Amino acid sequence: MQVLQARALTRRLGPTWAVRGVDLDLVEGRMVMLNGPNGAGKTTLVRVLATALRPTAGSLHLFGRPLEAVDRARVGLLTHADGHYDALSARENLRVAAALGPVRRPLEEVLELVGLAPRADDMVGTYSAGMRKRLAFARLLMKDPDLVLLDEPYAQLDPSGHALVDGLLAAWRAAGRTVLVSTHMVSRVASLVDDAVRLEGGRIIWNGPASEALAAAPGPGPAGE
Amino acid sequence: MELLRQCVEVTRKDLLLQWRTRSRFASVLAFGVTTLLLFSFAVGPDTTVLRTHASGYLWLAVLLASTLALSESFRLEVEHGAMDTLRLLPADPRVLYYGKALANLLSLAALAVLLLPFMVALYDVQVVMGMGRLLGLVLLGTAGLTAPGTMYAALAARARSSDVLLPLLLFPLLVPALVAAVKATGLVLEGDPMDQLGGWTGLLAAFNVVYWTLCGLLYRAVIED
Amino acid sequence: MNRVDLALAAASVVLLGYGTWNGLVVAPPDRFMGDVSRIMYVHVPTAWNAMLCFTYAFVFAVASLLTRRPAWDHRMEAAVEVGLLLGILLTVQGSIWARPTWGVWWDWDPRLTSVAVMNVMFIGVIALRSFVDDASSRARWSSVATVLAFVNVPLVYMSVRWWRTLHQPPREAGGVDPAMLLPMWINVVGLLFLTVLLVRLRTRVARASRAAELAPPELP
Repeated sequence: MQVLQARALTRRLGPTWAVRGVDLDLVEGRMVMLNGPNGAGKTTLVRVLATALRPTAGSLHLFGRPLEAVDRARVGLLTHADGHYDALSARENLRVAAALGPVRRPLEEVLELVGLAPRADDMVGTYSAGMRKRLAFARLLMKDPDLVLLDEPYAQLDPSGHALVDGLLAAWRAAGRTVLVSTHMVSRVASLVDDAVRLEGGRIIWNGPASEALAAAPGPGPAGE
Repeated sequence: MELLRQCVEVTRKDLLLQWRTRSRFASVLAFGVTTLLLFSFAVGPDTTVLRTHASGYLWLAVLLASTLALSESFRLEVEHGAMDTLRLLPADPRVLYYGKALANLLSLAALAVLLLPFMVALYDVQVVMGMGRLLGLVLLGTAGLTAPGTMYAALAARARSSDVLLPLLLFPLLVPALVAAVKATGLVLEGDPMDQLGGWTGLLAAFNVVYWTLCGLLYRAVIED
Repeated sequence: MNRVDLALAAASVVLLGYGTWNGLVVAPPDRFMGDVSRIMYVHVPTAWNAMLCFTYAFVFAVASLLTRRPAWDHRMEAAVEVGLLLGILLTVQGSIWARPTWGVWWDWDPRLTSVAVMNVMFIGVIALRSFVDDASSRARWSSVATVLAFVNVPLVYMSVRWWRTLHQPPREAGGVDPAMLLPMWINVVGLLFLTVLLVRLRTRVARASRAAELAPPELP
């Protein structure tokens, strides 16, 4: 089943075209790695795919529905901006999300999972960057969407945090979720991903099975020459 | 009703945030009192003049202080992308608008009410037509201020020079509400021999109906991307 | 300028020329106010066309919000600017009339005061546009501001009118000699053609200056 279908997706950000004519298909249950140099437009692309940004041109269909009729309950996004209220505690932040959106996993369970349960009642303003990231994961897990879009999930986390992300990726894979993970840590996700996509200058320059991509170049990512 | 419940949750979230940052409220109140004082110094110690225009000074002080309160309520939303995160939940944007606007209304009304004793003291006014009417007018006037104020604060928070943009957009729009609120409050303070209060209150109510409806409808266009 | 524009320009020059000549030379002076009243041959046309422009801006703003097409945003940008220009002219004319007539530069006439408030609101819309970099956000937000501003006009008018009648009785309009109506209406239509021309030209400028911004990137 096709979870996501993007055709000629284009998005302007200020004076530059961050995403140029991207065609992308995501099939249910597969995990895709998105890779590319800094400034390639990965973050913008992930946000457009998550429907957080409206494309300037092109079409996007999620679960067979066009953008105007999209069911946002089935898509989850994790990005740099964690979306927390500094003056609320972790528990209170999650409570707001729970009140306004779908809750597929209980609030307390996800707090435990990400390791924030002991400090769940402290203000997020007192959290370290790693803890904020964990809370963002908790928010995503509570929603437990069918399509998961991750932008640099490993950033700001310590080794135990990395292990947490590894575990979550494996769990999503086992549960048949569709995942797109944009990351520089290629070797870390190599064993889990099915497909790889390389973005440069807003354009997809390589798209294919991960095994081919990793075999093609000895370096850190698909060369895409 | 689901929408109503969600709206209450949003209001609750905003009131909680305001409570946690209540030292700021105290500062905004102090700013309001200082403004009232400045009017006295600018106009001169002629008690008759001050008493006649007391309602004008009160509402101007509320107006000026409101820009500080309104812009702060959205700074919290924008600083870590909380508003963007809420927007991706399948909640109706109207819920987000009315929830926040209600919370803003409660705190602005509280601000205005707390300025009343200072107005009475500095300008030597009496409340001829009773406190009930006065409080009702304060509520109606701040409601008129809050509806477009919340809208423009959301908009300005995401544009450049937001500190200038909010008052520039909001103040001219509020002219009818300001005129009506000042006239009506003046009548409640000094007496209404020609029975004009109904007309001014009606105009203020009409302003409220128009803008609470219109802003709720248009909010989606302001917060999406 | 294409043929339609040239036709509009020609028509407006002819009409405004004739109307102004007629108003200044042929039509009789007002019984009470004398030659000062001749300003109405400019003032009334400006008033009509300013309000018309503000209405265009509102319609274009609604269209922009509903369709999301940049073409409506360009038209709205043009209508807001031309409308503001006419609105400023209108308030200046009002001052020029007020001084010899009532002895003050500004007499809080409800209609003129509403226009003055409207001017400031539209200055706000233009300022908003200059503070937003992203084209689609700029279009959406300035359309919202334009809609809120336009809806406000009747409310401003009512509030200022009541506010003022408490202090002064309303001024009588009085009958107008038909010989004075002719040049006035000629000028209304003449200025209408000029206004439409200006909006068209300004729309073209907006489209051109945004074209570079909005041109899609070269695709492989």
